[in-house]
Amino acid sequence: MLLQWSNKKRLKTFTGGICLAEDWKELSKDKPIEVAPLPDVASILMSQHVGAPCKPAVSKGDLVKKGQIVGRAQGYVSINAHASICGKVVDIQTKPNPITGARVTAVIIERQGEDVWADGTNETSNTDTLTPHEIKTRIEAAGIVGLGGATFPTHVKLSPPKDKPIDTVILNGAECEPYLTCDYRLMMEKPNELIQGLKFIMNSVGCKNAYIGIEANKPDAYELMKKASSGEPNISIEMLEVKYPQGAEHQLIKALLGREFRPTQLPMEVGCIVHNVGTILAVYEAVKFKRPLVERVISITGNGVQKPMNLLVRIGSPVKPLLERAGMLPEANKVIFGGPMMGIAQENTDEAVVLKGTSGILVLKDARVWASRQCIRCGRCILACPYGLNPSELSIMGEAKAFDASMQANILECKECGCCSFVCPSRRPIVHLIKFTKSELAKRKASALSGAVKQG
Amino acid sequence: MADIENRLVVSTSPHIYAEEDISTIMWHVNLALIPAGIAGLIVFGYYCLFVIVISVGTAIITEAIIQVLRGQEVTISDGSAVVAGLLLAYVLPPTVPWYVPMVGAFFAIAIAKHTFGGLGNNIWNPALAARAFLQVAYPASINTGWKLAGGYGIGLLHNIRVDAVTTATPLFKEAGGSVYSYASLFFGNVGGCIGETSVFALLIGGIYLIYKGYVDWRVPAFFIGTVFVMVLVLPAKISTVWAKDPIYHILAGGLMIGAFFMATDMVTTPLTKKGLIAFAVGAGILTTLIRFYTGYPEGVCYAILLMNTATPLIDRWAKPRLYGTSFEKTYKRNEQG
Repeated sequence: MLLQWSNKKRLKTFTGGICLAEDWKELSKDKPIEVAPLPDVASILMSQHVGAPCKPAVSKGDLVKKGQIVGRAQGYVSINAHASICGKVVDIQTKPNPITGARVTAVIIERQGEDVWADGTNETSNTDTLTPHEIKTRIEAAGIVGLGGATFPTHVKLSPPKDKPIDTVILNGAECEPYLTCDYRLMMEKPNELIQGLKFIMNSVGCKNAYIGIEANKPDAYELMKKASSGEPNISIEMLEVKYPQGAEHQLIKALLGREFRPTQLPMEVGCIVHNVGTILAVYEAVKFKRPLVERVISITGNGVQKPMNLLVRIGSPVKPLLERAGMLPEANKVIFGGPMMGIAQENTDEAVVLKGTSGILVLKDARVWASRQCIRCGRCILACPYGLNPSELSIMGEAKAFDASMQANILECKECGCCSFVCPSRRPIVHLIKFTKSELAKRKASALSGAVKQG
Repeated sequence: MADIENRLVVSTSPHIYAEEDISTIMWHVNLALIPAGIAGLIVFGYYCLFVIVISVGTAIITEAIIQVLRGQEVTISDGSAVVAGLLLAYVLPPTVPWYVPMVGAFFAIAIAKHTFGGLGNNIWNPALAARAFLQVAYPASINTGWKLAGGYGIGLLHNIRVDAVTTATPLFKEAGGSVYSYASLFFGNVGGCIGETSVFALLIGGIYLIYKGYVDWRVPAFFIGTVFVMVLVLPAKISTVWAKDPIYHILAGGLMIGAFFMATDMVTTPLTKKGLIAFAVGAGILTTLIRFYTGYPEGVCYAILLMNTATPLIDRWAKPRLYGTSFEKTYKRNEQG
């Protein structure tokens, strides 16, 4: 007991957050990554990333090949979208984005012919002589975004302003969301590729140090990654305490390097870049083989499926056949894009497709909506909030529609990680109220802007 | 498949919750209060049980009626009314007439709790507010109804209401106030209120709540610690033997039940650790001031009520620190070299 305690003490971590009694990862953690059958139709959404949506670069009737650009980036923070299968563009229509709920333009491709790469992609080349600029160009050309769910275009992350040099790259292997195991499987199955990808990133930003952070509930992945990085003196690997949200950028940097920065600031403020496991693998394939991002690994798990699994799926695949493959139970009543802490519950699965940022689909049965009660001021949300906010106050302000007051209370610094709602004994929908307030603030700002434009 | 799709539950993240809810917390508090009640029964006799039952029963019935009248869901099963009823009974003398706990419990729930909006919105601890009310409404019953401790085992054999012998409480300030030994005070073989008599029993419950994480150890520690220091530091204006004895001050009266069960009430105390420490220190100072410089024998009740009043103010001062804004902890690029 004492030994356990002292061991636990030695693991690095951050303050706040929540320790879960169970992480439900055993459902799918030992299921090797399966290659999903090719979808008959793939819908490539023009907005799968943070930033300006793409414009369709193809028109109805065009034949496209795997890896061909079908959506062109608009502006600096934007990224190309690629065809994930070979076939014919049958339509360009709007589809709901499963994360934002908004209807966005999508290029619909019907599968035809053999599954072959487009010209200029899938070429092996000597990567030793690549300049940082060339690496970034390949990453940008491959359409890579943060695959952990944030979907920030990776090439933008790799191009910090001159006054904010990067001294450390961090490979985020924490995978702190319960249930999800896609990053774990990648670390188990492709450790060497991940180390290569990490080195590409290090070269592209010209920094010498890298850290790999893995939560202590994945000791075998830790050992494999340690072995794979043993020849690299500049890559350190660290086992982290199992605590949510250990894999969030702020908490990971705090745990590994002890550096703090404001929630609204980016890791480059403290000289860091954090990349998720999936992103690093995509970078490896993009730089080494010039392969655009056309597929990713997702976990389909939860007590609402018979066979939890880790699947390699094409971007734009409809989720319904995938759920059938995993054996979605008839009594399952909740489908979540992402993990249970930050994932988005889906209204229906008919139109939903896999996006670049989809790390998993969680299917639950016996899901219910809790009746919420008044705040009893226990203060647990404040202890749990890893960003030093007062979620209790923010939720009450949200109920009262006191939007100005919530601005004063730093509501925009909230990352919606869900720790506050999780611990709330009154089952208050704190995150819901914070999201509501934020959207009202955004609406107000937009109408103020348009008013100013009209007047000017 | 169509009907499956219709049944999908849509709600905002997170989709999982910790198991503990209001009921879990409240029933654990009730559980932790049981040893003190048993000690009261043993020392003062079974009439105490009658007081406790009336108090708890009135609290539950009042809560149910008011929630029906307010058109709310009736939540008596969450145990919060039971906590208020129990705490009120524990801070009453063992010889009170039956209507005193009844009126008190009604006041606690109807006035102190529900006029402010019910659980979560009350400013003052309902049990203490009711006790302060009873102090004014029935001064004779509250101030002089002390029962001489029968000693362990003996109390149970007596029906106290009949052969009630009133005696001085340990904190009685007039001449002739009896002085008890530390051991008597610790185990509760002294005159006093039903639930505050045994420090030992209160500690069992209090430490259990700290272990379960429902009570922040800082509150009792700083409350009791402050009383200890203040007793040593301040010049006493009372002339009893124990006036400058900090251990006597800690073991006697309502300090233990106040520090472990009243000042730790979540609703009426500050939100942050920093705020809780400020609250506890303030309550400790006020307790000593009242004990030293007023005609009133016990200060804990009013000290906590006054600090309850100051809670919104403390909350405004003791805000959590936004992550990354501390000067020392923010990474300073220039120093990294």
